[in-house]
Formats: sequence, C-alpha cells, structure tokens
Amino acid sequence: MTVTQATGSGSIGVGGPQPDSVVTRWVYAHSPILLLGLLLVLLPAIASDFVLNQIVGWTLILGMIALSLMFLAGYGGMVSLAQMTVAGVAGYMITVLGASSLPSISLFWPWWAAAPLAIIIAVAFGTLAGALSARTEGIYTIMITLAIAVAFFNLTLQNWSIFNGFNGFTAIPAPIVFGINWRAPVPLYYLILFFSALSYAGVVYISRAPFGIALQGVRDNPRRMEAIGYNVTAHRIAAYTFASLIAAVGGILLVWLNNQISPGTAGIEATIDLLVIAVVGGLGHPIGAFIGAIIFVVLRTFALDALVAVGFDGRRFQTIIGLGFLAVVLFSPDGVIGLWQRWLARTRGLSGRKVR
Amino acid sequence: MAIVNGNSNQMLGGGRGADALARSIGHHPVAALMIAAAVIGVLWLILAAWPAGFEDVFGRKRLFINALFNGVTLGGLYFLVASGFTLIFGLMRNVNLAHGSLYLFGGYMGYEAVEWTGSWLLSYIVAFVCCAIIGAAMQVLIFRRMEGQDLRQTLVTLGLSIVFSDLMVWVWGGNTFQITTPDYLMGPIPTPIVVAVKSSGEAIFLQYPRVRLVIFAAAILIGIGMWLALNRTRIGVMIRAGVDDRDMLSVLGYRVQLLFLLVFAFGAGLAGMAGVVGGTFQSISLGEDSHFLLASLQVVIVGGLGSIPGAALGALIIGLSEQIGLVYFQNYATVLTFLIMVIVLALRPQGLLGRR
Repeated sequence: MTVTQATGSGSIGVGGPQPDSVVTRWVYAHSPILLLGLLLVLLPAIASDFVLNQIVGWTLILGMIALSLMFLAGYGGMVSLAQMTVAGVAGYMITVLGASSLPSISLFWPWWAAAPLAIIIAVAFGTLAGALSARTEGIYTIMITLAIAVAFFNLTLQNWSIFNGFNGFTAIPAPIVFGINWRAPVPLYYLILFFSALSYAGVVYISRAPFGIALQGVRDNPRRMEAIGYNVTAHRIAAYTFASLIAAVGGILLVWLNNQISPGTAGIEATIDLLVIAVVGGLGHPIGAFIGAIIFVVLRTFALDALVAVGFDGRRFQTIIGLGFLAVVLFSPDGVIGLWQRWLARTRGLSGRKVR
Repeated sequence: MAIVNGNSNQMLGGGRGADALARSIGHHPVAALMIAAAVIGVLWLILAAWPAGFEDVFGRKRLFINALFNGVTLGGLYFLVASGFTLIFGLMRNVNLAHGSLYLFGGYMGYEAVEWTGSWLLSYIVAFVCCAIIGAAMQVLIFRRMEGQDLRQTLVTLGLSIVFSDLMVWVWGGNTFQITTPDYLMGPIPTPIVVAVKSSGEAIFLQYPRVRLVIFAAAILIGIGMWLALNRTRIGVMIRAGVDDRDMLSVLGYRVQLLFLLVFAFGAGLAGMAGVVGGTFQSISLGEDSHFLLASLQVVIVGGLGSIPGAALGALIIGLSEQIGLVYFQNYATVLTFLIMVIVLALRPQGLLGRR
C-alpha cells in the first residue's frame, strides 16, 4: 500500500514543471511535509503557550504513540492495543526511577539514568507483549494485546507499592539540561517536536528499508515469506520492539507534558482512543497517525463547548468519538488519508477528462 | 460428511466416556497419577480440618474455602458470559468486543425489570430478550454486510462498545445498582465442610450464600444444555458444521444467515442473562463492561477460542485464580491471572482446548 503511495507522491513532481537538480526535485516532491515542518518550527513565534503545549504538543505526542500502532498495523498487519500501555509503562517508570511528589516510591535518579532505563523497561515490556501475540494470527493479536492493556490498567489501579493505585503521581519535573528548563513551554515544545519528527522519519525510513519491506511481505503473506526463508515471528517481534521504542519515548514526553500520571493515562479509554486516532487518521501512511491525533485533540478540547452551544450535553463526547469512529470504519476503512486520496484521484481524473 | 460424523469436531468436547478415559490413562500414566494426586490433595484441603502449622502458612481455612467457593461460582458467571462470546466467534469469526456492553446492559435491564415487576426470574427473560434483540440487530444491520472482514468487524464492535457504554452512562449515571435477591434464595446454606474446630472439639461448618450456589448450579445446567443442544439436535449439527466449513454448509442449501442470526442473538442474550447474575452476585456499575470483556477475553484465550468446553475450563481457572489472588496476593491479584494467560499462550498459543 505504502509503496504505491510513495510513487504516487513522486509523480506530482513529474507532472509539474521539470526541476533540474536532485535536491530541488526532492524538495519539490516533499514540499507539503517540508512546509508543515517549517510551520511547526516557527510556531512558537506566533502561538500562545496553550496552543503550543496543550494542542500541538499533545497532538504530536499522541501522534507518536499512534504512529507506533500505525507502524505495527499498517506495515505489520498487527493491530496491537498494547501501545498505549507501553507508553504508560515508560511514563510510570520515569516517575518511579526519577522524581515525583512521592519520595516514598520515587528513587530520584538523575534523568540520564532514569530516562534510558525507563525506555529499556518499556521496550522490553512491549517486546514481550509482541512475542506473546506474534505467534498467533490476526484477530488473536487484538484480543491478547487488549487483555494485556486491561490487565496493566487493573494492576495500576490495585497496586499501591509501585504504582500508587488510583492516585498515581503528580509533580513530575522534566530535567534541566544545558541550563535549559525543559518543562518551560517553548523548550518542551521543541523537545516534543524533535522526537516526533525523528520517529516520523524513522518510520518512513524503516518502511523502505529491507526490514520494512520484509515486514510488509509478512503482512501480506506470512506463509510465502516463511517459505522464502524469512523468520516470520522474528520479524514481527522486531517490529514490536521498534514500535515500542517510539511509544516509550512518547510516554515519557506525555508525563513531562501533563506533569502527572495515573491509571487513566494508560486506561481502557486511552487505549481505545489511541486505536480510534490511528484508524481515523488512516493506517496506510505514517502521517495518518498525526492527522488522527490533531482531529482527536481539537475535538477533545473544543467539542465540549461546541456540544453545549448546540444544546447537547457536553459529557456525550465519547458518543461523538464512537460514532465518528464507526462512520470511518464503515464508510472509509482507510481513514482520512483514504478520503483524501480518493478525492485527489477523482479531481485528477476530472481534470484529465477536461484536457482531453 | 462432518455433519454425519461430527466426531472430529472440537465443540463435541472430550472423548467418548469411560473407554477414552481408560485409554488416555494408559497412554499417560505419569500425568494421570499427577492429576489424581492433585485431586486428592485439593479434596483433602477442602474436607479435612487443617492442622495448626498449616494455618500459619496459608492463613485461616475459612479464607481459603471462601476464596475457593467464590472462585468456582465466579467461574460459573464467567462461563455464562464467555460461552456466548466463544460461540459467536466460533461460527462467525467475529470477536465481539461489545460483549461486555451487552453484559452490562442486561444487568441494567434486569435491575429495571426487578424494580418494575418484582420478579427475579422474569428479569432474566427481560434481560435475555433485550440483549438478544440488540445482538440480532447488530448482526442484520452491520455484520452481515462485512462478512469475512474479521478486523473490520472487530473494529465496529469496538466502536459500538464506546457508544453503548457512553449511552448507558447517560441513562443510568454513575450509580451502583444491586439486584435484590428473592426471599426464597436469601441467606446462607450450611455445607458439610469443616472450616475450623472449636477448642471444645466441636466442628464449625461452612455457611455459604444460597443464591450463589443456586446460580452456579444453573450455570452448569445451561452449560450441559448447550452441550446437548450442540451435539444432539439438528440445529447444533448445523452450527458445528458451520464452525468447520461455513461455505460448504451454505452450498448444501442450509440457511446460514438465519443460523448466524440465531447464534448471535443467543450469545448476546446469554451475556444479558449473565448481567442479571452479576447484578445479584456483585453489583452493576460503570466499568463492569470492560471488566467482563477482559474476563471473557482471558477465559477464551486460556480455554481456546471457539470451544465451549474450553470456555468452561477457562472460566473455572480464571475465576479461581482471581479469587485466590485476591486473598493471597492483594497487591498483585491481576498479575496472577495475567501470568496464567501468559503461560498458556507461551505453551499452547491456541488455548488449552483450542485447535489451530
């Protein structure tokens, strides 16, 4: 799916005026994403701190975690509902190993020890979850990962010795490195932007690298890949490891952004919201995760007021999300991206006919 | 041919009586010996008065026996929920993630029925019919149109569960309801099990809530009824044939769509009835839908997806491990259940009684 898409976006350059050098051709072909990147880099100059962190920052973090799900589902054909849980594990670990308002639990290690270890633990957790579900096929994956997610949620609710039960943790500071307080709105925004851009680029790169191509082969026909000599299970587990790395970094950033973590952070609702984000955006391309995330964040932030303004109960937000999700699954299974591609194809077809 | 023989079919469950038992003991003498020793050990734990040293290690016997009884009766409830889930999957390859919502809805409807009519037995019928209608509507309106698309169906059930649970919050709010046990089932029932010995040498016998035992017996009866219906009736033969090869059944001229409708309605109705049981056993409130969805998932993952005997075995294991965990490892109760699931998945990815 992605391969055709990549050539599709390349053909825009062919249709237009012929650029001469390789660099200009590349810039031309990738102009939308470069423009978006430029806008995001310059955003702090025009946007308020609220927009910067609570809208764009939150979108990018959710987009990262959804990206890890998109990578597994889109390229690996494994719809894993445990990605929010991986993010939650990383978030909890950074609070337990690092600093929080609870000196009885937190170990107060410096960030350069706590953050890598938290990521390692979360990635190990995600890999283990992957190893459990990678041996089974298709629909089993969604069940097993959902069971893992709910079990972790119940554990965080029940356990007071590590996860501080229902209350969770507050006052989790982001580190101060190079004299910069990374909790301040603008540095935090750039931190988030850097890591989300890195994960986006990483996913795009891997999807075209031999490993990514093999993974897509495993998605399309595991038996044939097995026959050619690929280790199907190992490819699937490695995909989980890579996706968990992205989700883990996202989880730590999420904790730094919100300054708190509680069972709800990786709860059932959050788990399902993440799937909704990925599916609504579209599983066909990495950008879909971020498109889904911006739709979700904007809805979540403004729908309450909008609902009340139209005379509805603002608390029915979840119904709106559910119905929207149903509409996408029923009518456009490839998400917003699919809608966009079909619209492009139609307009292009029309203009083609006009020329003729 | 499978229809005539049905011998290979797994929903048949187990071997053919004493013959098969004797043969399997002959094949696995060590395993048989170990199982026999375990059975005798458990029986001794239940029936004998515990020696003093024993109580120091395992706590008071009353606790253990109560956990055991609670676990087994909870297993009965889990079986009611999970058997519908597994039946629907077995025939239609549809992982119904809205199953927990149906359970909760049944519980609420049962509560309303008891409030309006005062009849506990009638509330079962009301809950069954309401949920069966919803299940049938789901099958006719949605799933019929996307046959063979496993993942999409599952995503739709997930979307439905989001909407259902939010609508139920709307109607019933966040309150906790308990369905009143009828007078004739109130109170404890004496059992011939010694829980402690008084200093005078007089034995104290266990008292156990009558309603839980009655409901457990009813769950066993329903299980046996389902087994008989699947193995001794014409419609059961059709269902088993459909599980084996749905297309072939349809080609032979049987009305597969009608069969799907019946099975979906029955499975959903069973979940609704289980909701009334749960409302009497425990209580019905927000969040119970995901609790019982998780329970169904764990039961079918452990027992084997699509197998009724597997659901019974899985329900017993999960119910017991939950209650035992609650008594002996309070902080990590969910971990015990989860570990069982992990071990089963690692050793037998298809579940204890599942087949590939």
